[in-house]
Amino acid sequence: MGSIPRFWRENPSRYNLVGVKCDNCGRVFFPPRDICPVCHRESIGKMKRLELSGKGSVYSYTLVQDAHPQFEMLKPYILAMVEMDEGVKITSQIIDVKPEDVHIGMKVEAVMRKLGAEGNSGILHYGYKFRPVKE
Amino acid sequence: MKTGIVSYGAYIPRTRIEPAEIGRVWGIDGEAMGKGLMVHRKSVPMPDEDTITISVQAARDMMQRTQADPEEIGAIFVGSESHPYAVKPTSTIVAEAIEAAPHLTAADYEFACKAGTAAIQTSMGLVGSGMMRYSVAIGADTSQGAPGDALEYTAAAGGAALLIGTEKERLIAVINHTYSFTTDTPDFWRREGQMYPSHGGRFTGEPAYFKHVVTAGKTLMEMADTKPEDYHHVILHQPNGKFPNRAGKQMGFTSEQLKYGLLTPEIGNTYSGAVMLGLASVLDIAKPGDRILMVAFGSGAGSDAFDLTVTDEIEKIPREKGTTVREMIDNYTLIDYATYAKYRGKIKMRE
Ligand SMILES: [Zn+2]
Repeated sequence: MGSIPRFWRENPSRYNLVGVKCDNCGRVFFPPRDICPVCHRESIGKMKRLELSGKGSVYSYTLVQDAHPQFEMLKPYILAMVEMDEGVKITSQIIDVKPEDVHIGMKVEAVMRKLGAEGNSGILHYGYKFRPVKE
Repeated sequence: MKTGIVSYGAYIPRTRIEPAEIGRVWGIDGEAMGKGLMVHRKSVPMPDEDTITISVQAARDMMQRTQADPEEIGAIFVGSESHPYAVKPTSTIVAEAIEAAPHLTAADYEFACKAGTAAIQTSMGLVGSGMMRYSVAIGADTSQGAPGDALEYTAAAGGAALLIGTEKERLIAVINHTYSFTTDTPDFWRREGQMYPSHGGRFTGEPAYFKHVVTAGKTLMEMADTKPEDYHHVILHQPNGKFPNRAGKQMGFTSEQLKYGLLTPEIGNTYSGAVMLGLASVLDIAKPGDRILMVAFGSGAGSDAFDLTVTDEIEKIPREKGTTVREMIDNYTLIDYATYAKYRGKIKMRE
């Protein structure tokens, strides 16, 4: 039960990829943070909400064979670092693709999927994963 | 005030299984079964897909095709018989995911396979009365048939979303008339807590599906003062490929009129998603002036019928920004029965 408030608070960013942009240096962060780690004090009050487009490309990836019990049903699966069009990198699963078809630079887009469940009676968690875009 | 469709969206999971593969496991000629039912393959949700993710993807597809401000959406109704939670609405998650929350009302509907069209009618009332500018009606399901049951060859997953508004908006299709026919008929049911539904066997055909669909369709045409040949596209509830063809003939329609709205042969029965996905498929290719007849059916039992006319706006909205139903039908990957059983929770796992 302990994680319910944390998951709930993070729903907007996990459902809609809401990050922040530092108006001082232009860097984009996801998940959102209160202060820019580059500009520090200069960024106070300048961190603006920014909804990511959901589009990006595979920056690097790995095939996960020994999955966490939550992902038992999905293994083997591709875990990737996705570089978003806005520049920020996000670690997530790549779905709707054969593992051998994944390549660096592959264009992907965010979709909503079930991320997990807290046992048989607990809350269900939803958020983004990435799937290939037709090129 | 006239109401209608402002935008639409759809979603079909990418995984499929074929009747021959299901029959192989149960010692039945599945291929013959599939031919008899006119179902060549059916969609299967991945373990991380459910009615919530399908509804969200369909609603986002719908928002891609419109300039409408999500904050002007006053209501979201999701019709399904497979809501992931017994208590905790699917509609609230959809509202948050399309950024329509928090200033709106939301509810989940249930009426076997016609809960999505009930949501359309509720939406028509809410926008038509001026209570709100837009309302969203979604029909989505990830239905299951008991292992080895005839329903296992057809029960599939998918959904569609419609943004409903009035003639003050740019409607892509006007809803000219709607009519419903409802009776207490025990053709198909699922008791609370049961994983699989039960059905009345042969009882499901004549007194349930055909009586309701044909009565609703014919009565609607009387109300609209139309003849079968006035319609360019006809979408009938499609528990298999056979039923809508037969009901269509009884009402005087040709298979040509049913063509674009009949998806069950390629994706199976998507329950609450069925006629709404059929409508999305028709809207993907519809031209201004096209007249559409749509009749949903839900066991228990009832039919909702709609008479629509496509407007010039259909060519002005960015239809290409969403994914067409045809693209989703054609982009699939087949699985075997063992994988299907694993994905659908039919294998007993260690706690
Ligand atoms: Zn900065």
